[in-house]
Amino acid sequence: MRAESECHRELKEGRKERSALLIPETMSTLRIPQPVPPVADDCEQLRKAFAGWGTNEDLIISILGHRNAAQRKLIRETYFETYGEDLLKALDKELSNDFERLVLLWTLDPAERDAFLANEATKRWTSSNQVLMEIACTRSSDQLLFARKAYHARYKKSLEEDVAHHTTGEFRKLLLPLVSSYRYEGDEVNLTLAKTEAKVLHEKISKKAYSDDELIRILATRSKPQINATLNHYKDEFGKDINKDLKADPKDEFLALLRSTVKCLVRSERYFEKAARLAINKRGTDEGALTRVVATRAEIDLKIIADEYQRRSSVPLDKAVAKDTTGDYEKMLLAILGHDDV
Amino acid sequence: MELNQELEAVPQALSGHGVEESALVTILGKWDPLEREAFRKKTPNLFIEDKERHFQRWDDHYARLLKHEFVRFKNTVMLWSMHPWERDARLVKEAIKKGKASYGVLVEIACTRSSEELLGARKAYHSLFDHSIEEDVASHIHGIERKFLVALVSAYRYEGAKIKNEHAKSEAKIIFDVIKNAHKKPINEDDEVIRILATRSKPHLKALYNHYKDISGKNLDEDLDDIRFKEAVQCLCTPQIYFCKVLDSALKIDVDKNTKKALGRVIVTRADIDIKEIMADYNNLYGVTLPHKIQDIAKGNYKDFLLNLIARGSN
Repeated sequence: MRAESECHRELKEGRKERSALLIPETMSTLRIPQPVPPVADDCEQLRKAFAGWGTNEDLIISILGHRNAAQRKLIRETYFETYGEDLLKALDKELSNDFERLVLLWTLDPAERDAFLANEATKRWTSSNQVLMEIACTRSSDQLLFARKAYHARYKKSLEEDVAHHTTGEFRKLLLPLVSSYRYEGDEVNLTLAKTEAKVLHEKISKKAYSDDELIRILATRSKPQINATLNHYKDEFGKDINKDLKADPKDEFLALLRSTVKCLVRSERYFEKAARLAINKRGTDEGALTRVVATRAEIDLKIIADEYQRRSSVPLDKAVAKDTTGDYEKMLLAILGHDDV
Repeated sequence: MELNQELEAVPQALSGHGVEESALVTILGKWDPLEREAFRKKTPNLFIEDKERHFQRWDDHYARLLKHEFVRFKNTVMLWSMHPWERDARLVKEAIKKGKASYGVLVEIACTRSSEELLGARKAYHSLFDHSIEEDVASHIHGIERKFLVALVSAYRYEGAKIKNEHAKSEAKIIFDVIKNAHKKPINEDDEVIRILATRSKPHLKALYNHYKDISGKNLDEDLDDIRFKEAVQCLCTPQIYFCKVLDSALKIDVDKNTKKALGRVIVTRADIDIKEIMADYNNLYGVTLPHKIQDIAKGNYKDFLLNLIARGSN
């Protein structure tokens, strides 16, 4: 134990893409008009657009699709002050329509959005361990915290209690600590610790003890740079990427979740690229997943994800989206992707 | 004061919680060598007579203990002046380092603080120690209590009053059944109990506590054997009673140093929160007021400081 504090620390270089906090705004895909129209005008236009619901999606897209989170928040607040009702009132119901769902998710502020997605993921018909893990692992510590706060406000419960209540066995064992974590966000890495913990991981995996306490402890509590160092060492020492070793049974859902967890923690842009790619390639397209990736990453690192997508599929993301989706849903996606040429 | 009285006053000044600085200054400070020798010869628990070489020396063990007593006032001052977040973060760090005997402090902080206070402690911990609380708790604690403790420090409980009574009732039954079968499967391995205690809101748990009493006839914490679970339930459902018990254990002359520290810790951390309620409960439970007890057991600046903290807190 004492050795930990005496050990060398190393500043990670070139890890900018790892921490969402350090991602410059240029990684966002949004295109915002300069100068931005006054918020009162936006509200008035949106009022008209929503009043005749079904008639003016283009107006909604041209406004909301071209405002950043702070601006959308201001619009919502001003709309409420002016008209006495929430802009999203029309949308906050059973969403049968992909476009409506995208607009709803897009307009919620990031913390509320995460809370909404997480809550949905704990409900029976829409349950998704993957979404819970995604939110827990790809947000910064503070973003996850804000999501938990928003969850309290919106659902009058804590996220952890719902996750605990609605998941069981090894899934709960993994997901509960993940959603409860408040990881240290500094760059410092303890290489000796990384070596030790790489060995622990390898040992557990060799014994097929995939939901072992120690394995989960490492993934659920260590800082992301520390985990990254540990996994690098794993590869150096044992010759394979940890995810290759976690592929023992391709049908095992828990292993799939573990692999995604690892990816989200150290290579989230690749995780999201794959999620987007699978969503688009799926016969008929998985709109739920596509909507989620675009809405949640547009202002974080969607540009990086789009670049990765092009690298991997040889097709630009916006072209693939245009090919596979239609109507207002397609237009809104393209607006957020910065490719609707408004 | 006669020499005989003085010879009693000085050891008195050096026993208890803290030291009586004024007695040491006015009495010990004026003694000539003969008086000091008489003092050494007449207090065998402080000084050991070396009969062979004809002198008296400090008992090492007592000397070590005294070091803590002199510094008790300083530590309390430091703790009081700290931001509550730093305070809790440092208390957690110390508890982790000290080991099993101090894990109760982890439970205390995780369960008696509000969600925002615990969150603040987690932030401060990042800042002070470059790690998260949960990672340090998880990597330094290896026994069966680990799972429960990690879950407790990671909680961000809903703080509203809204509860689902049916859930509270059914969960009371779940816990009742697990306790009944504890001889077959220990409670620390029961994920459901850990889930309930570590994630449910406090109002929910208080309702559960009442339902449990209806089912079992006894209080939940009485039926729990595992000390951490017991403490957690007390802290979550009846925190002021819990603090009274901690204070009572601490307010004795011959207690180990960790227990002694609890006195300062509880008063400093609750002076701004609920010391008034704690004092009322203390009076009801033990038939003596807290200030009175502190007068008896604590000494000097330390005593005065604590009494002051209580007095201002209860205004």
